Amino acid sequence: MKNSLRHDILSGIRDGIPIAMGYFAVAFSLGIIAKKAGLTALIGFISSFFTRASAGEYGVYTLVAVNATYVELIAMCLVVNLRYMLMSAALSQKLSPTLSWFHRIMMACCITDEIFGISINHKGYTPPAYTYSAALISGIFWASGCAAGIIAGGMLPTSIVSALSVALYGMFLAIIMPMARNDRDVLYAIIASFVMSGVFAITPVLSDINSGTRTIILTIVISAVAAWLKPLPLNNDGKA
Amino acid sequence: MEKHDIVLYILLAIIATNLIRVVPIALIKGEIKNTFLKSFLYYVPYVTLAVMTFPDMIQATMTPLSGIVALGVGIIAAWYGMGLFPVAIICCVIAYLFNG
Repeated sequence: MKNSLRHDILSGIRDGIPIAMGYFAVAFSLGIIAKKAGLTALIGFISSFFTRASAGEYGVYTLVAVNATYVELIAMCLVVNLRYMLMSAALSQKLSPTLSWFHRIMMACCITDEIFGISINHKGYTPPAYTYSAALISGIFWASGCAAGIIAGGMLPTSIVSALSVALYGMFLAIIMPMARNDRDVLYAIIASFVMSGVFAITPVLSDINSGTRTIILTIVISAVAAWLKPLPLNNDGKA
Repeated sequence: MEKHDIVLYILLAIIATNLIRVVPIALIKGEIKNTFLKSFLYYVPYVTLAVMTFPDMIQATMTPLSGIVALGVGIIAAWYGMGLFPVAIICCVIAYLFNG
């Protein structure tokens, strides 16, 4: 029993390290945005460690930067992180039926795109210790990266900072494009999103809406239209 | 307009972000059956990331050109299945090279 716990922890750390490395780099660019929103390194660290939500945090910091309302901020968190809801539902199928509520809730809180990915790939029921150790090590690097970006972002030349700031968008592209290649409907939804978002950004009046609120509105409208026009086939499990 | 408290912002973000992770595991017993809801949830992640990427990405760089090239190359690299971090790094390098 002890040996298997040790094994779970070690393999969680092993799989978590490459994720942690990448997280540090991407979180650094997130830190540059967080700094613009007025976050200190300590708040950035705490915020990043306890949310671990790349797109969600980006959305939050853009709203903080424009002094948005608390309601807008909560709406942003719920919409942008909706994919975690799907992942949580999928992960629930990978947990031992005897697993306690405490572990279920803690494992759900560990979910990020990558931690979900490795947890769902684990053979058989996913042991909590595996997910915890991978989430802990990558979470520490994610939070440190954000804090480092807040501290050092201001010291780097503008040309490097502006180049680093596209890292996060690169990561977003890497999440959506492989799926667009597999599913034509997702591709159309992404094209519609680019076009609508571009139109919103340049059209008078509409362009007064801040980019955070724009994200919430367009996500709900475009996803609803896509679901109405191109619903999933009945027995499709969907992509978790 | 009243200035909001940054600590409260972050606290709310932490609660909301983790709540959305926990709710399905706590509530969903079995599979979601409603086709519209299922389809809606299916499209949301891709749409939301796409909306956040464009046009923000080309506004983040020093010149629109470097952002456009980074976006184009990033789309191609991601299309051909390069991982999260390779794509992120490629975009940074391209943005840097075209910044000048």
